[in-house]
Amino acid sequence: MRFGILLKEGPYNHQAADTAYHFVQAALKRGHEVEAVFLYNDGVYNANKLMSPPQDDRHIGKRWSELGANGVEILACIAAAKRRGITEEVLIENATITGLGQLTDIAIRVDRLVTFGD
Amino acid sequence: MGEEIKKIMHVVRTAPHGTIYPYEGLEMVLIMAAYEQEISMTFIGDGVYCLKKDQDTSKLAIKGFMKTLGVLEDYDVEKLFVDRISLEERGLTEEDLYVAVEVLESPAIGKLMAQQDVIIPH
Repeated sequence: MRFGILLKEGPYNHQAADTAYHFVQAALKRGHEVEAVFLYNDGVYNANKLMSPPQDDRHIGKRWSELGANGVEILACIAAAKRRGITEEVLIENATITGLGQLTDIAIRVDRLVTFGD
Repeated sequence: MGEEIKKIMHVVRTAPHGTIYPYEGLEMVLIMAAYEQEISMTFIGDGVYCLKKDQDTSKLAIKGFMKTLGVLEDYDVEKLFVDRISLEERGLTEEDLYVAVEVLESPAIGKLMAQQDVIIPH
């Protein structure tokens, strides 16, 4: 099955960012395809490379970046990102700032768009 | 790809102005409306407050989205569904709402949801 992920919450503050990540990992492990993770609302903060969590904790930004390197597109909505100061300068590697049109394309293309958030 | 029109329902569940969810949700709806898919919106729970007439956000010093609600029709987003029980629980009736909607019973909304290709909560 082809999945698209919509993540609507920021890292650490809300479990959605973790659950979304684990969902993607589990889906890939089972042989499913995950086309993209689209970051919306405070979800765009997941793509902030300036985050610096304690060393004994997971690094959420790095996790997304690694997924991006493995072929899952990590996309941050430009309107939501601009509002929150997420620009190219602070963007994690292997992520892209893009428009909501791309989310629409993903929603049309995939078998399931799965939302993580409140 | 492209030939088939997808049914995309946006479900507004959150009260206006307390969080950004309905505001950014509406931004998403307007973009998606340009893609010639079958877009609908459903308002349930506190989401029904988003449709309340005469909202004035000037004292909150935030932009609000009353204008956006008014142009949905121009964007061909004409399917606006509202959960009857959610209205009733909040002491609202159809007359309190800013735009024309279809008020439905919860099971009917459930049925509509089951027919969708994509559901996006806000």
